[in-house]
This record gives sequence, C-alpha cells and structure tokens, in this order.
Amino acid sequence: MTLLGSDGSSPGPGDASGGPESGGPRPPQEGVPLGQGNVTEVTRDGLRNVVSDRLAQTGAHGGRKRRSRRGDPNAMVPEAEFTSYYGRPVVKAAPWTNDIPAYLFMGGLAAGSSLVAAAADLTGRPVTRQAGRYTALAALLGSSYALIHDLGRPERFYNMLRVARLTSPMSMGTWILSAYAPAAGAAAVAELAPHVPGLPVWVRSVTPVAGRIAGISAAALAPALASYTSVLLSDTATPSWREGWRQLPVVFVSGAAASGAGIGLLAPLEESGPARRLAVGSAAVGIAAAYWLEHGTGLAGTAYSEGKAAPLTRASRGLLATGAALALAGRRSRAVSALAGLCLLSGSAIKRFSTFEAGLQSARDPKFTVVPQRERLRKGQQASERPIP
Amino acid sequence: MSRFQTNSLSGPLHDVAANAGHADPDSPEAKPRLGFFTDTSICIGCKACEVACKEWNSVPDDGLQMLGMSYDNTGSLGANTWRHVAFIEQQRPLGFQEPGLEGTPTGESGIRESADIVQGAVQRLPDATRMGTHALDYQLGAAAARPPVDLGLPLTKPPGDNGSAEGRTEFRWLMASDVCKHCTHAGCLDVCPTGALFRTEFGTVVVQEDICNGCGYCVPACPYGVIDRREEDGRAWKCTLCYDRLKDDQTPACAQACPTESIQFGPLDELRERAAKRVEQLHSLGVSDARLYGESPDDGVGGDGAFFLLLDEPEVYGLPPDPVVPTSNLLQMWRQAGLAGAGLVAAVALAFVGAGQ
Repeated sequence: MTLLGSDGSSPGPGDASGGPESGGPRPPQEGVPLGQGNVTEVTRDGLRNVVSDRLAQTGAHGGRKRRSRRGDPNAMVPEAEFTSYYGRPVVKAAPWTNDIPAYLFMGGLAAGSSLVAAAADLTGRPVTRQAGRYTALAALLGSSYALIHDLGRPERFYNMLRVARLTSPMSMGTWILSAYAPAAGAAAVAELAPHVPGLPVWVRSVTPVAGRIAGISAAALAPALASYTSVLLSDTATPSWREGWRQLPVVFVSGAAASGAGIGLLAPLEESGPARRLAVGSAAVGIAAAYWLEHGTGLAGTAYSEGKAAPLTRASRGLLATGAALALAGRRSRAVSALAGLCLLSGSAIKRFSTFEAGLQSARDPKFTVVPQRERLRKGQQASERPIP
Repeated sequence: MSRFQTNSLSGPLHDVAANAGHADPDSPEAKPRLGFFTDTSICIGCKACEVACKEWNSVPDDGLQMLGMSYDNTGSLGANTWRHVAFIEQQRPLGFQEPGLEGTPTGESGIRESADIVQGAVQRLPDATRMGTHALDYQLGAAAARPPVDLGLPLTKPPGDNGSAEGRTEFRWLMASDVCKHCTHAGCLDVCPTGALFRTEFGTVVVQEDICNGCGYCVPACPYGVIDRREEDGRAWKCTLCYDRLKDDQTPACAQACPTESIQFGPLDELRERAAKRVEQLHSLGVSDARLYGESPDDGVGGDGAFFLLLDEPEVYGLPPDPVVPTSNLLQMWRQAGLAGAGLVAAVALAFVGAGQ
C-alpha cells in the first residue's frame, strides 16, 4: 500500500517497459503490478523537482522515457512527466461501437456521391449521375441504421427530434440528415422512374426535372453533411479529437470527396475524367490533412500513430495513395479505374476508423489529458509573471 | 436581453439558471444557485456519502472488486457511482529516507499477478501487525480492570498526529469525495441532442431518464469524465445533486450523511466565501498545499457548482488540472467545418468544370 499513481509511462508500443499487449495505451482495467518499474510515487515535490536520484535508488522510474519515432530511429522524444490517479483515465471514452465510424464514412460517402451526381447531372454524365444517386440513398439508409443502432435506447431515437440545439453538433447533424434524406431519396427514386412500367407519360416527363431539383438540393446540403461530423468529434473532451478541430474537417471532407470520386471512377471511361481529377486531388489533400492531424496537434496527434489506430492510419494512407496512382494510370482501363475507386472508398472508410480509435485511445490514457493541460497552466503562469514592458 | 451577449458558451456567468430560461435573479421566484463545497482536508474516507447516495437514488451496485488502490474499490465516478471517495497514499521524501513500502501491492487487482500479491499480503497481515503482542482472550478480563502501564515501549500514532500540521511525516493519506461538478458551462448539457439533460432552477445539471435515448454524446463531452452510460440500461446517469430533495428544501443525501462536514451544501455564494476562509485558515496553520479547485468563475468551465479544497495537484486526485468546456471554441469549429465544406463544393466544381464535356 504505498501510493501512488502511475506516472506518465503507461506502456505503449515502443515503450521500453512494454505492455502485456502490443496495442496502444493500456486500458485502465488492466493494471501492471508494481515492480515493473513503471509506477512511481506521487510525490509532488519529487516529480516536480530533481529527485530523480532518489527515485532511481528505489527502483521506480521517474517517468522520463524515450520513445522512438517511426521513420527516424534517432529522433528520441522524451515522454512528459505527469501524475495521475493510479493511471486511471481522467475523461471517459465515448461509449460508441464501430457503428459510429461506419456512420462517419457512410455520411461522407452519401455527401460525396450526391455532389458528384449533381455535377454529373449538370454536365451530362448519366451513368455517373445514376451511380451517385443510388449510392447516396444506400449510404443514407446505412448511416441512419448505424446511428439508431448505436443508441443505448434505439426505440427512443425520435427524441432526437424534440429539440434543435445549436450547441449540439449531434442535434444539428440530425436536422441536416433529416433535410438531406428526402432530397437524396427523391433523386434516387427519380432514377427508378424509367424502369417502372405503366407510368403515365406526364410523370415520365417531369421526373428528370424533379430528379435534378432533388439532386441539387441534396448536393447543397452535402457539404454540411460531410463536415459536421468533424465538429461532432471535436466538440468533446476527447483529447485527440478536440485538439484536431482544425484538421478533422479537412480530413473528413477530403474523405467524402475521395469516396464520391471512387463512385465516379466506376463509371465508363468517357464519363470518369472529372472523377479522376477529383480522386487525385482529394487523395492528396486527405493524405496531407492526415499528416497535419498527426503532427500539428502536439501530444494528441501521437494517438493516431499508436496502438489500434496505427495500422489503420497507415492503411488508409497507403490506400489513398494507391487509389490516386491507379486513377491516373487507369485512363484507358475501366477495370483499373474501378480498382482505384475501391481503393479510395476503403481508404476513406479506414481513415474514419483510425480517427475513431485514436480518440478512444487518447481518452483512455490520462497522459493525453493531463500533460497538455499542465503545460497550458505552466505557460499561463509564465505569461502572468512576465513583466509588462 | 440577448442571451448571446452573456457568456453563454464559456466564461463567467452569474445568473446561470436565468441564462437557461429560469426566473430572473431579481424576481421573487428565483432560487439561489446551490452546490457543494467538498473540503477534502477533513475527509476521513468513511464512504458514507457513496452509500447514502446509492440508497437515496437507488443507484445499482458498481460491482464488488478489489482494485488494489488503497481503500478505493469504487475506482471512479460513473453511471453507477455518483460519489466516489479517492484514497491517495503519499510518501513525502525527507532526504533519502525510505519507509520500506516498496514492493507492497498497488495497481488494480484485475489481473492475476496483482491478485496473488494482494492475497499473500492479506494472509500475512494479522500476524505482522500484532507482532506477537496481542492479548489472548482469557487475559482480557483482568487486563481491562487495570489502568495501562507504561512499559517504555515506543508508541505508534497515525502519521502526522502530533497536534500540528507542521509535524507531517513523509507519509500522508489524502482522501477526497468526488462528485459531478454541475459546471456553469456544462459540456454534457451543451451537446445533449434530445434535451434530456437540463439546467434546473437551482443551477444544477440533471438527466431526465424518461427522455435520454442513450446516444452517449455526453460521455466524451464531460471534461471531468463524470457522466457515463449504464451498460444494462442504455441511458446516461450522473449525480442529480438530489434534485428531488432540493425541491423539498432538503439537503442532498451525501452532504447529510457526511459525518465530518467535509461535504458542505448550500448556496454557491456562501460556499465560496466559506471556502476562501478555510483556505486562509489552513495556510495560517502551515498547510501551504491547500488550494481550491473549481471555485473560480474564470476557469475553463465558468466555475463549478460543486468545488473542492485539495491538498495536492488536481491530477493526483484524478481531476483534470485545467478543464475546459468543449463548446468554448464551438464557433471556431463550425467556421472551420464551413470552410472545409465550401472547399468540398469548390473541389467538385473544379473537377467537373475543368474537364469540360
């Protein structure tokens, strides 16, 4: 019964101490017994000042650890020291299942498809238009299912429609989705009209116009649908989502564009020129934004290349790059283009899962909450102590 | 008066209930903002607050576990734990002294190795503490009648028990009863898409269990990690500051049960005054560690309705050192998302227009 709180060094991949599992920061339930050298005293003065000699004597590590970075084995980043309550998380991880990243992807896919479909409609590309509208409806249905299925009380989903709350991105998203759904649905139904026998002539003559109006309405709401989900994640206390509020909208929107382009690439070659351009552009922006997210958000960004998120982050980067390359190479082959489309679709899907996992990891490890906040306080103190010139 | 002119999203907000649509502070119907001041310096770790809360609110049990975290077998606040007493055992190093506690079990006993160590220690404990000096039952009758005799043996006392705060030894035990902070700007309430979470007339934050559909958004939105979704039930739960009792002018169960008045309940203004005096008193006694946590309306959540007097840094107790309500930069977030959305339209337009027919 000593005390104690674990120091900053919960075992992560690449940590000298190593954890029982190879995945990211260890969940709080799986403690590591004392004596493995990764528990230290919560002696305020001890950690604050240089008492590391003493700590070394007792065999407990002071918490300063080295972590090698992928790519540059010589780049040693000293791990920050911090205190916690028995290594327990400070904030709680979202209780969401994989329904949510699946929803994030399908929402983006619907948005991207609607935009591509509307553009194809206006520029005379019927196959792309049709594929986009059908995909948008399918993704919409899938995402609605995922959203409702993830609720703790799915039978009460309609309570979402009780209020419209400006401070709740989920409430805003519900209303965006509610406005988008009829438009996207009508656009897809308009595509079906020619295949339904026995429709009156006047119905057949108005469906293209109605479809275009519905399709453009859906496309007008698509940017909101594609980007609000980033605010949904950032408007939390989950460190790796919150700190990424600048980057996540770009990541998600480029993912939506990449998936829309992926659908466009499935169309015949004479139609898929714009989708090819969009594919290359969105993949490039997506890869850059993911890099910015990983490296431009301080400690929070490291969660994207740790644990479960790490292979997903790598896979999505690889798939987006491959998709862009195949899109360029496939100018004369519909099969190669289609393969490029599949790469882009899976790449942007996996990116949502990596983002989701990184956030959960950052919430489960107190390091991500305590260290930046402590740093902020320290800087604030310094700022207030600084003499006014 | 526009609500957006006041600090609705972050910053100090005096009339928190009025800002949520309740009676204006000057009107006769207005209620004072109520809250807790938890003075951890006099907490004895009895957990009466945890028990009283569970009994009054019919909170289900949170599992019987040996966590190996001192006397804390509750772990943290959650859906089924609305008061949580933290136990922290600290060594205050004096020079190179080592109390010889190294190797005794800490950490969760959820894993096999840890459980084995705890088991071994538990079996050795009685013998070790008695050290062969305990009286046998048949000796007690006569012994009880005689006054104690001083044998000149060294006495043991609890650490620091010499009548003054100055004489603290290198070992100390911190206990603190944690609870929902009922923030001025509550992240959980801000993000709730159903309106299940609401601000009461007392300025507290309560979940309406008949509305909550278990979306779980409030869980990551709380900067303190308080609210959680109940596994078997699917809805989110947290401390209500005994809303039902407040309505009948009663003291919340935990404060009523606290035997040392470590948990103090009352109008927030009074509590802040009282807390400031208590810190002053402790400082004058030489307890320079004493500090208030969550009492300042200038902090990241606009001040807590339930605030604390701590004897160490907040993170030692499992509290965030500088919590900020997620919605504090919500407008910037929306702006960024709007820009990204505009970029999406531009990208698609460029791709199609540039390509021609």
